[in-house]
Amino acid sequence: MSREARVGALLALLAAALVALPLAANSYFLSVATLVLYFAYTGQAWNVMMGFAGQLSLGHALYVGLGAYAAAALFTQFGIGPWAGMWLAMALCVAAGVAIGFLAFRFGISGVYFALLTIAFAEFTRIGFDHIGWLGGPGGLFLKVEAHKTTDLANLRGGQTMFYYVMLALAAGAFALCAWLLRSRAGYYWRAIREDEEAARALGINTFRWKLLAVAISAAMTSLAGVFFAFYYNNLFPEQIFHISQSIEIILGPIVGGVGTLFGPILGAAMLTALADALNNLVAAMGWDIPGVKQVFYGVILLLVVMFVPNGIWPPIAKRLGLGRGG
Amino acid sequence: MALLEARALSKSFRGLRAVSGAAFDVPEGGLVALIGPNGAGKTTIFNMAAGVYAPDEGEIVFAGRRIDGLRPHQICAAGVGRTFQIVKPFAGLSVLDNVIVGALQRESGVPGARARALGILDKLGLAAKKDLPASSLTLPDRKRLEVARALATGPRLLLLDEVMAGLRPTECDQMVAVFRELNRGGLTILLIEHVMRAVMALAQQVVVLHHGEIIARGAPAEVVRNPAVLECYLGEDAEV
Amino acid sequence: MSASLIANVVIAGVLTGLVYGLMALGLSVIFGVVRVVNFAHGEMMTIAMYAAVLLFGAFKLDPLLAALPVAALFFGLGYALQAGLINPFITRPEHSQFILLVAVATILTNVLLMVFGPDARNVQTDYMLDSWAIGQVLFDKARVFAALAALATAAGLFTFFRYSRTGTAIRACADNHLGALIVGLNVKHLYALTFGLGAACVAVAGCIMTLLVEVAPSVGPGYTLLGFVIVIVGGLGSMLGALLGGVLIGVSEALAGLFIDPSAKSMFSFGLLILVLLLRPQGLLGRKP
Repeated sequence: MSREARVGALLALLAAALVALPLAANSYFLSVATLVLYFAYTGQAWNVMMGFAGQLSLGHALYVGLGAYAAAALFTQFGIGPWAGMWLAMALCVAAGVAIGFLAFRFGISGVYFALLTIAFAEFTRIGFDHIGWLGGPGGLFLKVEAHKTTDLANLRGGQTMFYYVMLALAAGAFALCAWLLRSRAGYYWRAIREDEEAARALGINTFRWKLLAVAISAAMTSLAGVFFAFYYNNLFPEQIFHISQSIEIILGPIVGGVGTLFGPILGAAMLTALADALNNLVAAMGWDIPGVKQVFYGVILLLVVMFVPNGIWPPIAKRLGLGRGG
Repeated sequence: MALLEARALSKSFRGLRAVSGAAFDVPEGGLVALIGPNGAGKTTIFNMAAGVYAPDEGEIVFAGRRIDGLRPHQICAAGVGRTFQIVKPFAGLSVLDNVIVGALQRESGVPGARARALGILDKLGLAAKKDLPASSLTLPDRKRLEVARALATGPRLLLLDEVMAGLRPTECDQMVAVFRELNRGGLTILLIEHVMRAVMALAQQVVVLHHGEIIARGAPAEVVRNPAVLECYLGEDAEV
Repeated sequence: MSASLIANVVIAGVLTGLVYGLMALGLSVIFGVVRVVNFAHGEMMTIAMYAAVLLFGAFKLDPLLAALPVAALFFGLGYALQAGLINPFITRPEHSQFILLVAVATILTNVLLMVFGPDARNVQTDYMLDSWAIGQVLFDKARVFAALAALATAAGLFTFFRYSRTGTAIRACADNHLGALIVGLNVKHLYALTFGLGAACVAVAGCIMTLLVEVAPSVGPGYTLLGFVIVIVGGLGSMLGALLGGVLIGVSEALAGLFIDPSAKSMFSFGLLILVLLLRPQGLLGRKP
């Protein structure tokens, strides 16, 4: 079987399993699966900036938060549903991302300084939103959850199954988009920039514009995760949604799975979420109520991966499966 | 007909004058070598031509159009390709992908770029290694890859920065053959070189720089006998 | 808004700023020499704060005195951390190092959370509510002692780097890694020593900080980011810059707290960080990055 055929078969299998999941799983399991897909999605979005274009962002929670608040504000203040609200969310996040990217790239900020800049913008926004009274301030913004059990897709009101499929669609869309991008001119140019920006310039690549494009696409994608977040959890707190721990949680999947690969973020997210959930259940079963266990676990995994498997766990697995060098 | 003209170029770095009033030209279809002791200003001129920085004074004219002060990607688009003294392959990409990046400068789609890239890899003898990661190549092959990548952008002028450095004499001869072939095919070449073997074998014209100024210019055989040139090279290792 | 109120606020800001400066000094020394961005810096500070709180609780030991044993302990831990964990990462790409320390920071913060719980704790020495008055201007005793301790530690560090042989060797490593190796300096040991010194610095800063604020596991990241703001504003690699930056941030935070909203004062710091990163990344006194 050729490599292409093998990848295709794997994908088809995965797709079938994911689509059929709600038939076999209970509500709790579905909620975990939804979370896995959420982090697979945000990981893919982050990966566009880091894995493809090589720009380390540690402030991606900014886009989740902005997207969430934009859609939620439109809904609570004007009754505008998420399908319309998402356009504002995307526009806002693209503007924010481009602004940050423009400032950073124009002034030659890269590497660690760039990461610090992204952290600063996220923190700045977090504290800022604490002071925006009409969006709830530190007390939070709440979306009304209707009691009826019917599925209202237009307003994203419904049961776990509906949310699962929405997230699945998003994650599948992200996967398809990234696969397409990787094979396109953008994919080649971004990887060239990631490997050696100076050499890329000498080959005619306007690295400034292409880096901005990566940031814009990454921000737009992440904003949709924010919209989902708002309508899924129905409450938004600046302290939580813009917090640096959110940003770190976003990058865990891709780093553990394999930055720059297509399957890496998905595998990483799946592994981490599943294990974290199991850990939480174990701790609860033992009768302990210790906040922070999950985060320590994440920290340890991150440490181990960075030390021993710096390219992520997907590339060696891909090799074993004969799927080439990951991706 | 001069493809590249440098007119009264000057550049200083923090008070140190690297290049002073340099003027020379490279005829279309020609092969010119820029030589001189270390610190003479050769790479500075190169970098000005490649858009890394702008000259303080003077102009660089390419195909009748001023290119001094343009940024590197604009200069590539104008038709000037360059290699780097210390090779910069895209290590994580395959050999073919490296060249596709270059080819995308001239081709609108990836399939077309791939076809173009394959042709160029063939010409440079790297076709068999196209799917290997660039990081696994030996130094001579990396140099070829660097040239292939620059060639893929379809330049009219190729700037080669000490491309023979670190190569053994046989490897050097192979590269010389490649460049001769490319030049015969119509590619104009300007190269910086220390390895005299290559300079003597390739160059139609030699320009000699010393302390930022041009001290001699002419056919290789003449320049090598020029007393001023010999003086500035005294004590230098020269393979002739 | 009276002049004396503003004067009081500014003085409090300066004194607190000196403690911030000491913390940032540790960060600056580490980055300036080892070139590692210590993302776990704030967490180290928090652990030191907890150490001081515990020692006070158990032995009624004044944090100013507790600073000595805690600093010694942190020196050893910092040395081990650098030599053992971080050293292999020196040659790895920047973002790898960064993420390594992000991982360490996450683990530290949450272990603290697990051990101590989320509630804040503090220290209550007898002199914490006293102050000296010069005219209408008040100098809090606790703040003055803290600032003096910070200055003394900083002075000690300056002297070490300027005048001792080891200090000079460390500065040589910072200037030229390869050159240092060639002349036979044991770079790995010197790096570990530097990290240890940076950690000791932050330990002292943490201990004396308990005289001014309370501690909770959540304060770690805030101090890390504050440290970066100060170091970048003051200039990476410049020790004096770290102190000056600390004072500058201390004063502007205090004034921002007075004129705007107290909870918005860190927003001001981040705004400043963004501006400095964009306009003058070498900060006030640093070298160009």
